[in-house]
Parts: sequence; structure tokens; C-alpha cells
Amino acid sequence: MRSASSPAASPVPFPIGAIRLCRGQAVAVVGDDIDTDRIIPARFLKCVSFEGLAVGAFADDRAELGGDHPFDHPEHQSASILVVNRNFGCGSSREHAPQALMRWGIRAVIGESYSEIFFGNCLAMGIPCLTAGHDDVLALQQAITTDRAAELVLDLEALQVRLLGSPPAERSWPCSLAQGPHRMLVSGQWDGTSLLVAHDEALRLTATRLPYLKAFEDGSIS
Amino acid sequence: MSSGTLYDKVWDLHRVAELPGGATQLFIGLHLIHEVTSPQAFSALRDLGLGVRHPERTVATVDHIVPTTSQARPFADPLAEEMLATLERNCAEHGITLHGLGSGRQGIVHVIAPELGLTQPGMTVACGDSHTSTHGAFGAIAFGIGTSQVRDVLASQSLAMNKLKVRRIRVDGVLQSGVAAKDLILHIIRMLGVKGGVGYAYEFAGEAIEALSMEERMTLCNMAIEGGARCGYVNPDATTFAYLQGRPQAPVGDAWARAVEWWRSLASGPEAVFDDEVSFDASLIAPTVTWGITPAQGIGVNETVPTAAQLEPDERPIAEEAYRYMDLVPGAPIAGTPVDVCFIGSCTNGRLSDLRAAAAVAQGRQVAAGIKAFVVPGSEQVAAAAEAEGLDAVFRAAGFEWREPGCSMCLAMNPDRLEGRQISASSSNRNFKGRQGSANGRTLLMSPAMVAAAAVAGHVVDVRELLAAPAAAGASRPAVVGTPG
Repeated sequence: MRSASSPAASPVPFPIGAIRLCRGQAVAVVGDDIDTDRIIPARFLKCVSFEGLAVGAFADDRAELGGDHPFDHPEHQSASILVVNRNFGCGSSREHAPQALMRWGIRAVIGESYSEIFFGNCLAMGIPCLTAGHDDVLALQQAITTDRAAELVLDLEALQVRLLGSPPAERSWPCSLAQGPHRMLVSGQWDGTSLLVAHDEALRLTATRLPYLKAFEDGSIS
Repeated sequence: MSSGTLYDKVWDLHRVAELPGGATQLFIGLHLIHEVTSPQAFSALRDLGLGVRHPERTVATVDHIVPTTSQARPFADPLAEEMLATLERNCAEHGITLHGLGSGRQGIVHVIAPELGLTQPGMTVACGDSHTSTHGAFGAIAFGIGTSQVRDVLASQSLAMNKLKVRRIRVDGVLQSGVAAKDLILHIIRMLGVKGGVGYAYEFAGEAIEALSMEERMTLCNMAIEGGARCGYVNPDATTFAYLQGRPQAPVGDAWARAVEWWRSLASGPEAVFDDEVSFDASLIAPTVTWGITPAQGIGVNETVPTAAQLEPDERPIAEEAYRYMDLVPGAPIAGTPVDVCFIGSCTNGRLSDLRAAAAVAQGRQVAAGIKAFVVPGSEQVAAAAEAEGLDAVFRAAGFEWREPGCSMCLAMNPDRLEGRQISASSSNRNFKGRQGSANGRTLLMSPAMVAAAAVAGHVVDVRELLAAPAAAGASRPAVVGTPG
């Protein structure tokens, strides 16, 4: 139970720069519509920093399963890739959810689909959320549950996920990522604050044409 | 691809630049912040050496962590106190208006911004809270964001966004008496699913939508996110303008006339093209109650909990999980399900008309023995207005507790929470596992009138049947029931 004993000790550095390849052991959390209240219950949100959030990752689900949650399996304690099903991260916009996953050790997610806010929060942290087909995700979850030591490679440039160390043959599946987030991650431009701030003149011009910022003078929006 | 919709018009107006990754940089007209999702954003801003670009376009309040019994400072919970103190410090440092406790304007962020007239048609509205979709009721494009994006809005008053598709949800016909906006949105989510709206903005249109009050439209748009749609909106009309006129931040004089003209021009016109369209008949919708662990797991109050065989194959795994968690029997009626706690409040249903609808049920009746029932007004203004018309006295006389404003047991970040396996009838928005503060607590979502009815009956009951039976002898029945204004 790495996360409970040393929440801040993450063996892999937090994402920085271009994200082209993620390699590591994987952990499957199975089920559709896993909401952010389950990823981190609200009581863990009482904080002014994200630092200690690893202990909150799936806290109630883990307690309910009494040690049998994938995040508690000893073989998954080094996992850095999370494999999920449909609509993962729905519900609350809390960035605490991906922050808790990242601080537990997750650096990439692959699954069938995501809620938009969760996907965007992950992107802003440099954590790719890749999408794969239903049958492929089930096969992937089956494979990493059977061989918990297996390593996955998420290749963002080839848009392919490969399962290593699993004789007789390496297996691979196609995956996808929307063009915009894809470009942002592989170019290292996923942390966009500086880019937004740099458009000073365009921001100023936009503000000057908004009717509600100028007493509704010239409200035409041709 | 959509064109000519309100969404398209507002999007185009707020475009700042196209970003190298393919996203659009979108100007944010109104930024709302609160104590839970902003502290790390201000810290990040400091780390980057950046200031707040438009402090006058950000407005703060405190809602999630405030206790609803005593709001005296410092709070008994030191973590809650630290969060509020941090918000106060950040707002003071950056010149941001904070509507704090006792200001007369504090409340749930999605309740106060409309009532102050901050939320207006044609704006882009962002807040680090998924229920920001509420503000779409005014014909604004409003969506929830994460903390990194809160940082971005503070720094640049803009966000990197990808344009959504637009689905028009037409609702024609008339809602039956005793059927509320909450029932309407629970029904829509039931039919379209919790994933149905992913990638879409929902435009709510049709005669049943036009007939809704602003507070009802807020309830509707509030839960668009529960159907997966990051924003939902209603085209602005005379109802919108009547609500806004005279509010503290609404335009006045000549500017008001110009504003109304502009706001009218924003509505999706007859030439508008939508990516998708679905329609519903309002007259067929019953008071709706959730039985499971997602907001799409809802049924009419006179229906039975669906059996696995009645569900689509891909809905069965989460239904099986819900049967186990909720301990409800597939095939059994939802009416009659005993409840332990009844909660009226939240950004979904904590406004004056919600409290009126619940009070109309409570009037002359008594909360059943053993039930904990409490009412949490959505804001200090809602509380004052309700008290001015005696609703607090109606609730207290019926055995409900009357509390101070805040988010309360919607998400239980304050002391209001379920214990153990308690089951709540709740006017809030999420029935997720553990949502209301107990890891195995259970939530049945319903309208405020239905929650009040459950409190009186001690179990889930059709509010229409309850109202058809006479209240206690000597009690005066209100002239109008169940039709929030």
C-alpha cells in the first residue's frame, strides 16, 4: 500500500515537456461511469494544496473491497498506466481526481471514453487519456490482470499500445487521441498558460468587442 | 456542424485566437470562484509570477465547506477555516470581490451569480465546478473547469477550448401539475443516458421549456452535466429579461434597452442548424426518482425498479452494481421505499421557488417519526426572502430544520452528511456511491416537493397523491401547490 504509507513518494517524475511515449506497468479499474467522487471522495478536497491527495485515490472503493481493489494489489504498486472503460471521470470537475491518480503514480490513461472535464484536467497536467475500442480495452484489461507484471508501452506518435514481456508474442492494439490534444502533448505545449497570456493584444481586442463590457454600445454581432 | 445557434454566436464573439494545438482560445466573460477549486490555482499563478488579468471579471463566494448550523468564525473544522481564510487572502491580494458570510450576498455560487444579475445572456461563464452549466439558463455558454483552467482564466481571462457539437432537445406539451423541472431533467437524462451528452452542448427548446420560470430553467441546465453535456442553455426571452431587470449588476437606462436588443439577437434563429435533435412530450413525464448510482438510473414514481432483463445489455453491469449498493429489489415499486434523511437544497433546487414548492407540501403536515429532514436555502438572499414570507416557520412547524445557506449535504464537505447505510431523499444532483458523505450512504434524487412528501410519508411517495389527501385538521392549505413560480 505504497500510497497510504508514503503519499508523496512517486517513483516517476511528474510530466514535463513533450509526452511521446509512456512505458510502465498497468492497472485496470473496471467499470463504466466511474465518477470523480469515487476517484476521490469529497472529504479529501478539504485542502489548499494537491500534495497529499494520493491517499484519497479510490479511497472508499478500496475500503469497501478490503484490500482487494487493484490499487491495493502489491503487484500494481509500481503501475503508471491506468486502463479504464467508458465515461471514466464523469461528474464533478474536481482536478483533485487526476491529481490524486498522478500522485499515486499514474502517468497515462487508456480506456473506452472519458468525461470531457476529466480529459481536459488530465491534459492540463500532461497526462494523456488515450481511447481504444471496447473489445481492445477488454483484451488489454484481461492481459494485465492475468500478468500483473506485464509492461505496457503507449506510443503517442504511432498511436499504438503494446504489451511487452508477455510470451509468446508481443501484442498491440491501435488507440486514438483527438488531434488537438495529440499535438499539444507530443509537442510539449499542453501546459498552455504562457501561450494564452502571450496573446495580450488579441485578448484586449476581444474584450473591446464584447457588448457587455462596453455598456452594450454597438451590440451587433454580424 | 452547427451554425446560427446561440452557441455558435457566443462562441464566435469570444474567440481570441486559434492555438497551435488546434484548440480555440476563448475569452471568459464571467469567472466565478469558490474555496475548494481555487487555492491551488492562485498558488500556481504565484509560481508562474503572474497576476490576475481582469480581477473585475472574477467574483468569489464561499459555499462548499460552510457549516449550516453555526457559521461563526473560526469554523469548528480547522481545514474548512483554512480554506475560507485562503480564499479571503487570495481575493484581497488580487482585488477580487468576495461575497462572504453575512454579507447578505453569500450563497451557492450558482445561486448568487444569477440573483445578483452577474449572469447575463451572451456571456461565457466559467467556474471550477461542474454545475456551472446552471448559468446557461440565461442563454450564456457556461461550463465547469478544473483548477489548472481556473489558473488560466485568472491569468488570461481565457481558456483553451474545443468547440462542442450542439444538440437541440425539444420539449413540447405541458408538464402535469406536480411535475417539476427536476423531473423533466431526470427524465431527459434517463432517456439519453449519462454519456449521451459527451461532446455536446444541449440547447433546451420547445413550448414546455419556454413556459418554465428562470429558476426552473436553472434546475434544468444545472443537470445538463449529469447527462454528460458540459453546458446546456435556453435561448433568452421575455422571461429572462423580466428576471434580470432591476438586479444589482443588470444594465440600467439606455444600456438596458440596448442590452435587451442584443440579447434577443443571440437566440438560435429558424435558420439555425443543429448537429443533432431529439424531442420529448412534457405531458408524459411523471415525478421521477432515481433508484441507482447514476442520475440516469431514474424511473417514474409509480414504476418499478427495472430488472436486468428490462435494460440494454450495456446498462446491466452498472445496474447490478446499483442493486447491490442500493439494496433495492429489481421489479419492486420505488414508491414505499423507506428513507432516513430528507435534504432540500443545493445549486439544483435551493432557490425560492423550490422552497415554496416544498413548503406547500410541508404546510399542515408533519415529518414522519424517525426522519431527519432539513432545508438549506441556496443563498442568504433566498433565506431572507423565504423568511419574509414565512416559509421557515412552515418548515419548522412541520418538523424540518431550517439551516444557513451552503452546498451542505449535496456533497457533504461540511458536517451535514449521511451516516452508515442511511438512505436520503435529496433534491440535489448526484446519487453517486458515497456522494453524501458516507462511503455506503444511499441517495434517491427527486424534486423538492417530492422530498418534502417523502419526509412526511417516511418513504417515497407520489407528491400528487399526498396533496390530494387533506392535510391535518385546522391547517390552511395553500392556494397553489406544486407549481413553483
